[in-house]
Amino acid sequence: MSNLSPKSSKDAANETYRLPPKLFDARCAACWFMLGLAALTIASFWSLDLQWAKFLSADALRKMGRFMAELLTPSTDPAFLLKLAGASLETIAMSALGTLLAAVAGLALALPASRSHSGDPAYWRAPTRLLLNGLRAIPELVWAALLIISAGLGPFAGTLALALHTSGVLGRLFAEAIENAPQGPAFALRVRGVAPTRVFVYATFVQVLPQLLSYTLYRWENNIRAAAVLGVVGGGGLGQMLAFHMGLFHMNETSSILIAMILLVAMVDLLSYVSRRIMQR
Amino acid sequence: MSHPVSATIVPPQLRDPAWITRVFWLLAAAVLLAPALVITEFKPWTLFEPATIKSTKRFIGDFFPPKIEAEFLLMVMREAWRTVAIATVGMVLALIIAIPLTFISTSAISISALSGRMHALPFVLRQAIRWLLIVLRSVPELVWALVFVRVVGLGPTAGVLAIALTYGGMLGKVYGEILESDETHATHALLRNGAGRLQAFFYGLLPQSAPELTSYTVYRWECAIRSSAVLGFVGAGGLGQQMDNSMKMFLGAEVATMLIAFMLLVALADQASAWLRKMLA
Repeated sequence: MSNLSPKSSKDAANETYRLPPKLFDARCAACWFMLGLAALTIASFWSLDLQWAKFLSADALRKMGRFMAELLTPSTDPAFLLKLAGASLETIAMSALGTLLAAVAGLALALPASRSHSGDPAYWRAPTRLLLNGLRAIPELVWAALLIISAGLGPFAGTLALALHTSGVLGRLFAEAIENAPQGPAFALRVRGVAPTRVFVYATFVQVLPQLLSYTLYRWENNIRAAAVLGVVGGGGLGQMLAFHMGLFHMNETSSILIAMILLVAMVDLLSYVSRRIMQR
Repeated sequence: MSHPVSATIVPPQLRDPAWITRVFWLLAAAVLLAPALVITEFKPWTLFEPATIKSTKRFIGDFFPPKIEAEFLLMVMREAWRTVAIATVGMVLALIIAIPLTFISTSAISISALSGRMHALPFVLRQAIRWLLIVLRSVPELVWALVFVRVVGLGPTAGVLAIALTYGGMLGKVYGEILESDETHATHALLRNGAGRLQAFFYGLLPQSAPELTSYTVYRWECAIRSSAVLGFVGAGGLGQQMDNSMKMFLGAEVATMLIAFMLLVALADQASAWLRKMLA
């Protein structure tokens, strides 16, 4: 009988005779994943000329130590602190205005980028999505560096940069929200011959509004963080002050600016945590 | 009783029962936004001044055609690889920072917490490490890069260190949250039966949350590629540094090629990470 035929080592009667699994098996996806990972890591370490010796040298460590020691004594000059408060306010204003512009532009782009019902030809869906992807793929910082040529140094370039990148992100999210909205109310209006604009205003928009708001608030939170560093390339706000004072090795001022940045980010984190908790209740 | 039809009565379909709320919120938004417009020096008309238009036109005009000399393309490819390598090495170092800190700070393998409250000393230690992680991640990587460029000079080392510190903080915090949000029955059963912390971690906690931890790490690697491209703008090597150089010299054709290369790189990383995460799920 077949059950008397010699067994392979795999189904040996006694578990102890079973061989341990091979270290590498061509049919095991995880093995290939680990192999690829190891190759990528080794190639990366090998190809970068990392100056560990220089970084870990006594000289660099001393420099780092002095740097850190100087950072521990923040400047508390009232006039400087006032300027710092102004820059923080500028950062918040940039992020708020940038996000608002992006929400408006994002909604305007999300309309052609979404298929409102299955019979909708949506000719503009693919080209608009391509545009949204392009806007989204370029980071705020690169937009800011590009916009400085036409908008000049200062918060205006930063605001526009935030608006452009965020409108790509929000446009995509808004389009998804519109496409995923329940079809019932819009269908009910459409079969009664209501025009598409009014179908959107009275059915779809009302349904997705809370979701759009929460996406916008979430991006605002991200944008406050982004706005803090945009100034490093000349986009205004705290970052511009940081780049200026750090460039001149004003370490005490730099330290105050860093503290202001961390406080700003921590405040945003706290506010978003608290508001989420309140909304969940 | 007959009502005389008066011209002053608003027909019912045009009456808005919620108008007072709407007007209030619009006014509130306007009052909040007016100062933001002033602070951010929001003057869109400056974009359309003849001088600005001329310089913008010249720069944008240079974009087409993008520069596609073989030598230049080779340089762009080398820099793109360096961007990936910086991100990968940064992630490896971030893992070296994050894994031990997570292991120390997670309360899921606390032995004293098995029976009532955690002891005072471990509690203080865990809290201290949590604060360290929060500080590491709340300083944006761009600021770390600025600091390290001062210490180790221009080049990839600064970028690697910046990513290592920020992402170490992020990974440590999120790993801790993932480990603590999972079921701890198995882990606690092991600990109660006399297993050590390491054993409980490897046989109880890790197998449960491994897919989630891996997929979050892959996602962060994708983010690291994006941010390593941006870090070049402060002199931390990679594609960003070359882009910054070309922008400062107003070489539109070079900027265009590098923007395309950057978008391709991000799209590729996006695809790879989405594919890996789907495989791991």
